[in-house]
Amino acid sequence: MAKHTITMTINGESVSAEVDSRLLLVHFIRENLDLTGTHIGCDTSNCGACTILLDGKSIKSCTYLAVRADGAAITTIEGLAAEGTNHPLQQAFHDQHGLHCGFCTPGMILRSVDLLKNNPNPTEEEIRWGISGNLCRCTGYNNIVKSVQQAAKEMQNQSESV
Amino acid sequence: MIPANFNYHKASSVSEAIALSQELGEEAKYMSGGHSLLPMMKLRFATPEHIIDISKIDGLSYIKEEGDMLKIGALTTQTEMEHNALLKEKYPILGDAIWLTADPSVRNVGTIGGNIAHGDAANDQPALMLAMRATVVAEGADGTKSIPIDDFFHGFYMTALEPSDVLVEIQIPKAKKGSGGAYHKVERKVGDYATAGVAVYVELDVDGVCQEIGIGLTNVSAVPMRLERGEALLRGQKITDELISEVGQVASEDCEPESDLRGSEAYKRSIVNTITKRMLNKALERARQ
Repeated sequence: MAKHTITMTINGESVSAEVDSRLLLVHFIRENLDLTGTHIGCDTSNCGACTILLDGKSIKSCTYLAVRADGAAITTIEGLAAEGTNHPLQQAFHDQHGLHCGFCTPGMILRSVDLLKNNPNPTEEEIRWGISGNLCRCTGYNNIVKSVQQAAKEMQNQSESV
Repeated sequence: MIPANFNYHKASSVSEAIALSQELGEEAKYMSGGHSLLPMMKLRFATPEHIIDISKIDGLSYIKEEGDMLKIGALTTQTEMEHNALLKEKYPILGDAIWLTADPSVRNVGTIGGNIAHGDAANDQPALMLAMRATVVAEGADGTKSIPIDDFFHGFYMTALEPSDVLVEIQIPKAKKGSGGAYHKVERKVGDYATAGVAVYVELDVDGVCQEIGIGLTNVSAVPMRLERGEALLRGQKITDELISEVGQVASEDCEPESDLRGSEAYKRSIVNTITKRMLNKALERARQ
């Protein structure tokens, strides 16, 4: 089977590789690049543990071929903190106890980045629908919602002070 | 889970896609968003030898009114439709459906063209397209063809598209004054296929008489289904509560659901009855605004 040379930017760094047609993006990220913060949960695009940002949009990397990401800019959880400072969402999940076991957290945070980009001041209901494709089996979601609310406030304050 | 081996090909234009498809033969499949096809490949329900990626083709992502038609490019994602001002204002039925289709991250990738071309009665868009009397525009080896939606769905995953045809555009008659539509599906959880869903599109004249009516049903038949008997009852009539109840009853009788994990046949018929009535009322309310 044919190999394809792909080049993409991951967390600001350019990477090139030869991949099989059938290699899934999540496997490329975890196994080829050793970025294991992106998790594999259900493998069927239900749970959202594998959520990453592709050209700024949240996608489920278990249901995306690596070869299709040729030319894309990808952000994983490892690339979210700027210069060692937590992203407001990371800080908010910490402050609000938005995680217990942490398995869903990278996906939950990256999904929330996309949510807040499109809707900087969401209602509680909009947050709940906004993260409806990301499953958490520990928290009962309440503290996750609070985390997203705190981050939304913080990010709005930041953008106003710029 | 990983799919069986296949060869990936990227098309950068519709003509290149068609040429690739003709060269590679019937074991080649087009992929747009891939969120129906790739899961099937991972489960080995589908094992195409070749995937032709059409998602990078420029110029097939747009939403515009032109002449008498609303035109939506086949590669327009569900998210793009969800945030589109024209659709929000004049075609809220589309928002009803998109809100309930999969989840936001899937909608970032899934396209309207793929949702329809997949030919699955469990997808949401087919029922809407039936209700709104859409036309599917496809390009193939022998040129461009326009396929009325009633001629489009042939069977389980089977459509009027030839293997090398690329669905390029959806055309929907432009919303008129006095028209309104609504869609709802009952789902067990976010991301599940519908237990049952109903799309209604109605046009009233100034006296409130029903000039045109479309009712499409989701996931209660092998092929996306138009509720013809219900439409005939309403066309040319002033729609009363009694008529709405009668159409709900007709919908529950004419749909063809099967018992499965989502519910028994009787339960689904009952759901169809209820949603049909609710969506008729909601569409009428919007038509009268």
